[in-house]
Amino acid sequence: MSVRHALLVLLSERPMHGYQLRQEFERRTGGTWPLNIGQAYSTLSRLERDGLVAPVGSDDPDAPETYRLTDDGTEQARSWWDTPVDRGTPARDELAIKLALAVTVRVDGKPVDVPAIVQRQRTATMTVLRDLTRLKREAGDDLAWSLVLDSLVFAAEAEIRWLDHVEASVVRAARQHPERAEQGAPAPSSATARKTADRKGATR
Amino acid sequence: MSAVALKLTGVTRVHGKGAGEVHALRGVDLEVRRGEMVAVMGPSGSGKSTLLHLAGGLDTATSGRVEVAGRDVGSAGARERAALRRKHIGYVFQDFNLVPALTARENVMVPLELDGMPARRAREHARVALAEVGMEDMGARFPDDMSGGQAQRVAIARALVGTRGLLLADEPTGALDSVTGEAVLRVLRARVEAGAAGVLVTHDARHAAWADRTVFLRDGLLVDGTTAAPSAESLLAGAAATGGHAADDPDDGVAGAGR
Repeated sequence: MSVRHALLVLLSERPMHGYQLRQEFERRTGGTWPLNIGQAYSTLSRLERDGLVAPVGSDDPDAPETYRLTDDGTEQARSWWDTPVDRGTPARDELAIKLALAVTVRVDGKPVDVPAIVQRQRTATMTVLRDLTRLKREAGDDLAWSLVLDSLVFAAEAEIRWLDHVEASVVRAARQHPERAEQGAPAPSSATARKTADRKGATR
Repeated sequence: MSAVALKLTGVTRVHGKGAGEVHALRGVDLEVRRGEMVAVMGPSGSGKSTLLHLAGGLDTATSGRVEVAGRDVGSAGARERAALRRKHIGYVFQDFNLVPALTARENVMVPLELDGMPARRAREHARVALAEVGMEDMGARFPDDMSGGQAQRVAIARALVGTRGLLLADEPTGALDSVTGEAVLRVLRARVEAGAAGVLVTHDARHAAWADRTVFLRDGLLVDGTTAAPSAESLLAGAAATGGHAADDPDDGVAGAGR
């Protein structure tokens, strides 16, 4: 998350000091990503160093320093709106890494129980999704907060769909390569496969 | 009235016999209390619809016990079971199932009149039930003149009119866009918070998240994070449903449910 750009666009509204910036940032994003005051000030001093913001100056020596955008800063704030966020380099995702390892690692010569990992995660993510949904119900007409929640809701939903996909893929792989048991699901015997086929026939 | 609206104990349902035997449910325990909404998720063929049909008295368990409002559905005779359905159980379907020739109010009155309630009283109950789902001004409308979201709200009013406290919803938002679906879930939620018990069968995690808890069905078994991993066989059922969307989801295909 680029705190730098967030502060620039907030300053494009009006000059503010570090504490105000932190408050505005948290207020407008529903406090989902807390910004500590030290980070707000260190980002401001880097922006000042780069010539993107400048102190407004004040007659009161005790007042906190208020910053405004320079012309370069205004240009940067505008270009942030105009440029898509870079999704080309995915962040390290612990769950994806965990499951990628789960289908390959053997512990004491045995495959990892992938379905159990998937189900535990599904239950945990479902709980998160339920809590987010509850917050959303109570969000009322606070549009910014509501959209932040939606973003988290969609991410949790996508994770659950991906887990369904992982589960199905692991089984399919085990069926296609029963000799490679490292996929983590026990290979079905031909008897169970037949039984599954029977079930399908019987339910249509 | 009992706080437990629905209780399944060791419920097994087997279709067919011998080699073609299919275990739709295998020893399912589930309890749903009034004021609680439980979502049931699972791939096609996992037993979701069977569970709903058993809960609704539309199908009979091979073994185990199904209780609605404290009464054993399995041991009830056909008449008693029909009465149980009319007095305690409401169904909501994906395609609303309203009678097109009847107005919203008349649709909601039907179950009460079938139960022998005089029309005047039934009309008053229907008025209250429609108001509870925010449809008080739509009583005279016919289903064809309603949006999908409105029709589904009428269906919810009908499902919970009178003394009915158990609402069984089978993909109730499946035919609606996401904003309308959310509005319908909001109504469902409000009815549950007012004291109904809800069972919501859905493949959509975002909708299941409106429930107080979610149970997952895999090949007729209820699983959660703490139970043993499902069998390979059950996972194959899941594999068949990759991407599992309702449109091509015949689920268990058990007959009945008034479709």
